[in-house]
Amino acid sequence: MCLGVPGELLERLEGDPPLGRVAFGRIVKEVCLAFVPEVRVGEYVLVHAGTALEVMDEAEAAELLQTLARLDGDLP
Amino acid sequence: MKYVDEYRDGEKAKPLVEAIHQAVTRPWSIMEVCGGQTHSLARFGIESLLPPAVSLIHGPGCPVCVTPVAILDQALALAARPEVIFCSFGDMLRVPGSCQDLFQVKAQGGDIRIVHSPLDALALAERHPERQVVFFAVGFETTAPANALAAHLAKRRGLRNFSLLAAQVRVPPALAFILESPDARVDAFLAAGHVCAVMGLAEYQPLAQKYQVPIVVTAFEPLDLLQGILMVVRQLEAGRAEVENQYARLVRPEGNARAQALMREVFQIVPRTWRGIGTLPESGLGLRPAYADFDAEIRFGLKGVGGVESSRCLAGQVLLGRLKPTKCPAFGMECTPEHPLGAPMVSAEGACSAHHRYQPASSNPLLPAASAR
Amino acid sequence: MRDLLEGLMLPSFQDPLLEARHDAALLEIQGVRLAFTTDSFVVSPRFFPGGNIGELSVFGTVNDLAMGGARPLFLSCAMILEEGYPLEELRQVLDSMARAARRCGVRIATGDTKVVDKGKGDGLYINTTGIGLVRDGVALGPGRVRPGDAVLVSGDVGRHGVAVMSVREGLAFECPVQSDCSPVHHLAAALMEAGLDLHCLRDPTRGGLASVLNEIALDGALGIEVDETAIPVAEDVSAACELLGLDPLYVACEGRMVAFLPPNQAEQALTLMRQHPEGCGAALIGHVLEGPVGQVQLRTRLGTHRSLDLLSGEQLPRIC
Repeated sequence: MCLGVPGELLERLEGDPPLGRVAFGRIVKEVCLAFVPEVRVGEYVLVHAGTALEVMDEAEAAELLQTLARLDGDLP
Repeated sequence: MKYVDEYRDGEKAKPLVEAIHQAVTRPWSIMEVCGGQTHSLARFGIESLLPPAVSLIHGPGCPVCVTPVAILDQALALAARPEVIFCSFGDMLRVPGSCQDLFQVKAQGGDIRIVHSPLDALALAERHPERQVVFFAVGFETTAPANALAAHLAKRRGLRNFSLLAAQVRVPPALAFILESPDARVDAFLAAGHVCAVMGLAEYQPLAQKYQVPIVVTAFEPLDLLQGILMVVRQLEAGRAEVENQYARLVRPEGNARAQALMREVFQIVPRTWRGIGTLPESGLGLRPAYADFDAEIRFGLKGVGGVESSRCLAGQVLLGRLKPTKCPAFGMECTPEHPLGAPMVSAEGACSAHHRYQPASSNPLLPAASAR
Repeated sequence: MRDLLEGLMLPSFQDPLLEARHDAALLEIQGVRLAFTTDSFVVSPRFFPGGNIGELSVFGTVNDLAMGGARPLFLSCAMILEEGYPLEELRQVLDSMARAARRCGVRIATGDTKVVDKGKGDGLYINTTGIGLVRDGVALGPGRVRPGDAVLVSGDVGRHGVAVMSVREGLAFECPVQSDCSPVHHLAAALMEAGLDLHCLRDPTRGGLASVLNEIALDGALGIEVDETAIPVAEDVSAACELLGLDPLYVACEGRMVAFLPPNQAEQALTLMRQHPEGCGAALIGHVLEGPVGQVQLRTRLGTHRSLDLLSGEQLPRIC
């Protein structure tokens, strides 16, 4: 049960639970931020069932892509 | 889309595939636990890139597939009641119960609504105080926080017309069951990335330790799966058995504390029957007594309602990795996506459906007439 | 649905015209070749981003005639209304149909209206039947498709299905994806007038691009291979499909055309299509093969291959 899609938080909205407008490419949807209250506008969240489960770690993501690039260099 | 497209880059896949081929010296069986992984592997044809020595087994990571017939039958009974608005994720609509499925009940006039989130069902309950709104709460730990939140908010807002039909399942007991099985043939696991985003890695350490199996948590895009497979293979070749996190960009070792706290408030660990497998102790999440008012099974007196599973369906064997879907005698014959015997053929995530739909182009023995009609 | 058709309808009527299984029946009356087709429209919601049931019912039938190589001329319009259906909405639907008909250059020549009791119909159902004149020297159909033929699509796929699905309760997006609901018969005409040796035209509707490819492969007893990276899918459609868990190749279109023609004419056809307002997103997406017969294969972006089978029902949004 794992269909989760990363999206960028565009705007926080008032409410209980806290909501936010999240952009997936050019599609914008309202998402529940109850589990990531510390998320900042501009950060990416992983959204599943209309709820943000976690905030994406940009540094880790960048490191993964670098690892993959290095792998290419390592091979003969 | 950012954080998606980069991990589908065909050029970057080549060195990973090459590295896997170089690393493998012996046959290994790797079970991927999550339906989302199954789907992605099939959609991108990843198995065809792997050395023959590496075989992937599709595990029981399809909450849709493992929802027991009895609970499906309860859902069908509820959905047919005129006062009920029955809300469900789309995945559940075509899963067969004892006699029919939710799609058929909808066609017969049942008020069944597909929702994207349990919070949408909650909103429906607030808009329709004259109706009873029931949400079909299936899923692994990934979905449990949202389901818990819906129940929590319903309680806080004093709603009297909202309830959950709870069928949540937990992953670690299923892995333990597979590993305990005398004919277990799993050397390692690719663990479910989004389940672990919620729960963290702690529950997997004892499993890796006790059964000496590598467990690598992966994301779902092709590069993630390939890297996860590479990490598993390297561990296996080196004789290591550790929990590693390929999905470090999202999964923290401790998981999401807030989500876990809310889950503990609303749910308790209960035994759960897994369709085709049997009852596994401590493998499910049910509503706590404090939330009894929001338990559809109690509210509608459904205990004891339902279900008989098809004896022709070998879903259990498939889900445990003991039988490849294509080797099931019913596969593509009496059991097709149009006429499924069991849930793994219905759900897009199910091992049988994935095999049927995304068959490797060169190895399809079935004539088009059999598979298309 | 196919079971119903193959198992019940065709055996009941037993007519070679039906058994040809074309979008439009090709008739010959005293030396004049006509295309004749019918379709019923039950879409819900009736109004969606980019269109409504009215224009859909006009464009859908016009497009089916065009796929038969015909110039669409006349339509009939039969409506079944549920008691109490709002007159204002009906007026909007009728206005849309009139505008659509003018845009297509067809006349709505005859019609019928029935009212059923409340609860006996879903608001409004429309049936349109169309007649067109088949062009001289044009013979289109799966039987004419040959191994080696190029497969072209006139624009990005999956729009209509996403547009309709996204406005249903709980799945609404802030900035809706617009349906591609539109005619393609001017485009088809342009290709035919350019003297291209078109073998087959088909407009993907319910079931999307993949379903059309499967139908042609089955009915033409051939194989087809398409390239995932060549199939145009708009960014917003792609994102919506990711969110809903849908495969855009199976999502309905309503203003697109797939063309099969000799490979040495593909370049010319593409240029022509891209210059035409109904074909500006056109692309060469694959080729026809000898076999495996009835099989459609997709070359994925990873260079692997997988089978693109017919789905047995409409895709539903998923969470899993």
